[in-house]
Amino acid sequence: MIEVKGLTVRFAGVTPIDDVSLVFPGGTCGLIGPNGAGKTTFFNVLSGFVKPAAGSIAAFGDNLLRMADYKRARWGLRRTFQTEMAIEQLSVFDNVAMIHEHSGAGRGSRNADVLAAIEFVGLEVSPKEKVGGLGARERRLVEVARAVVGKPRVVLLDEPAAGLPDEETEHLGQVIQKIPDRFGALVILVDHDMSLVSACCETTAVLDFGKLIASGPTAEVLRNEHVMRAYLGTEEEL
Amino acid sequence: MTAASASGDGTAPKRTWPAVERGTVVRALVILGLLLVALLVLPSIAGADWITTFTSVAIYSVAALGFGVLYGRVGMISLGQIALLTIGCWIGARFSYATALPFPVLLLIAGGITCAIGTLVGLPALRLSGLYLALITLMFAGATTIVLSVHDFPSGGGGFWGRAGTGALTTSTPPVRRPSSAVTDVAYYRYTVVVCAILFLFVLLHIAGKPGRAWATIRESEPAALAAGVNITLYKLWAFALASFITGVAGCLLAAQVGVPRAITFQTQDSLTLAATALIGGIFSLWGAIVAGIFSQLLPFLFQAQWGLNPNFLLILFGVGLLQVLLTAPGGISQQLPRDLANLGRLAARRARALASGDKPVP
Repeated sequence: MIEVKGLTVRFAGVTPIDDVSLVFPGGTCGLIGPNGAGKTTFFNVLSGFVKPAAGSIAAFGDNLLRMADYKRARWGLRRTFQTEMAIEQLSVFDNVAMIHEHSGAGRGSRNADVLAAIEFVGLEVSPKEKVGGLGARERRLVEVARAVVGKPRVVLLDEPAAGLPDEETEHLGQVIQKIPDRFGALVILVDHDMSLVSACCETTAVLDFGKLIASGPTAEVLRNEHVMRAYLGTEEEL
Repeated sequence: MTAASASGDGTAPKRTWPAVERGTVVRALVILGLLLVALLVLPSIAGADWITTFTSVAIYSVAALGFGVLYGRVGMISLGQIALLTIGCWIGARFSYATALPFPVLLLIAGGITCAIGTLVGLPALRLSGLYLALITLMFAGATTIVLSVHDFPSGGGGFWGRAGTGALTTSTPPVRRPSSAVTDVAYYRYTVVVCAILFLFVLLHIAGKPGRAWATIRESEPAALAAGVNITLYKLWAFALASFITGVAGCLLAAQVGVPRAITFQTQDSLTLAATALIGGIFSLWGAIVAGIFSQLLPFLFQAQWGLNPNFLLILFGVGLLQVLLTAPGGISQQLPRDLANLGRLAARRARALASGDKPVP
């Protein structure tokens, strides 16, 4: 469980996150909102790249904001970025192994854990293949494998399906859904693809201009009229 | 190829993968073969001045390798490599005159102290990047040149600077000692090649291991590296430490090779030439460092001693080569040459097939 209380982030003159309090209960949680709503800023606060002006974040009872940024991975925080960050010069295996090496998980279980993560995401390429030679779908899966290897506790996925065609998004959704059970991690999914969010997430929170406008079970939230207005700017059905 | 290839599963016994592949074996054999040629064949066919040049090629390859580690692996431009080579050379000479330590110990001392200095120089890299880091390290190279031009290299005297007499070079200045097992030029050439091969292997182990993966992550994106839990400070300094260590060892090798090193032979601009040749050779491959060594040492020798040309023409050649690399082959010659040769081979094979089948050759 992640408890966010009164979180406020200010950059000169703008407030990308404005007094947000919400709870991510567990499983796979959606975080949606129009562009500029503060979703990625929220991830950056969790990662430690942005220092909030006020508020607290307790993740499984630990004060996340007091931890040094690079130590959060060791604690169990994983994330992907909107732009893909799989490392082209390294092989698939090395890409995933590299995360494991800094996760605090023991060296002895490394190879087995890495191969298990690669298999989990359903990558059909050889682990020895260089990521530079892979297509968009495989690279996204490598990123997910990187996010689940080595005892993750919180997995942040920032638009993992961006740029993928529908059937590949569906496969990705199936993989994401299995993360909490398989690895015992809480997943927060940011995406604009509502079918992916509804397929994966039991609960969803909606940000708009830095404010929380709805949160709760995904189906209810997506029917919420504030959400529809914020998201589409119209009263149209989602 | 062993069994555990593409479809490993969580229950597989550990260490089944990565197993040694055939490609790796072939590569290792090629390297071993080239090493044997360098050690056994070259000395018997090449003359004395060639051997001295080849020794320099090996030494400067290591300096270029240091540049390659910093820029090719981590993405930090350091133009201070020649300064570190000079410092290693100075320390090697100083300890050689002052102590009777065995030569391998001198190598380690020079490497160790240069490593400490180089890591300090790398500290700004934690805050600066790109052009600013390049400028800082170039200033460091300039400062080293100035200190040297005032104090020059040790010549067997006492005190910190180790200058004997008036500082003028006399015939009585004893040369920096070489290992007792490798006093002649040919023996010392072999000794140098072996030490440099060990340094290359040392770097290879880093690149193929945990540090190499962490460096690749930093090079890709520092935020992503942070999110992956990489201690960026530690790994950047580690890269500087490694690059400085190997360059320091190479500097000590250089001290014993030239015997009586002089400040005049180490110019600030050599750092730029080394960077240029390292880029031309290719910074992503260890072969690129060897190409850089050949370009920066063998070509001047060919121009001056063999062909009687002004070696300054080389600067133009390097400029053209650098442009060529930047425009067409970011991976340098070490990447471009095999690719072009493979294309050429395919073309030749096509022509041969066409000729064999009696058709007109494809133009």
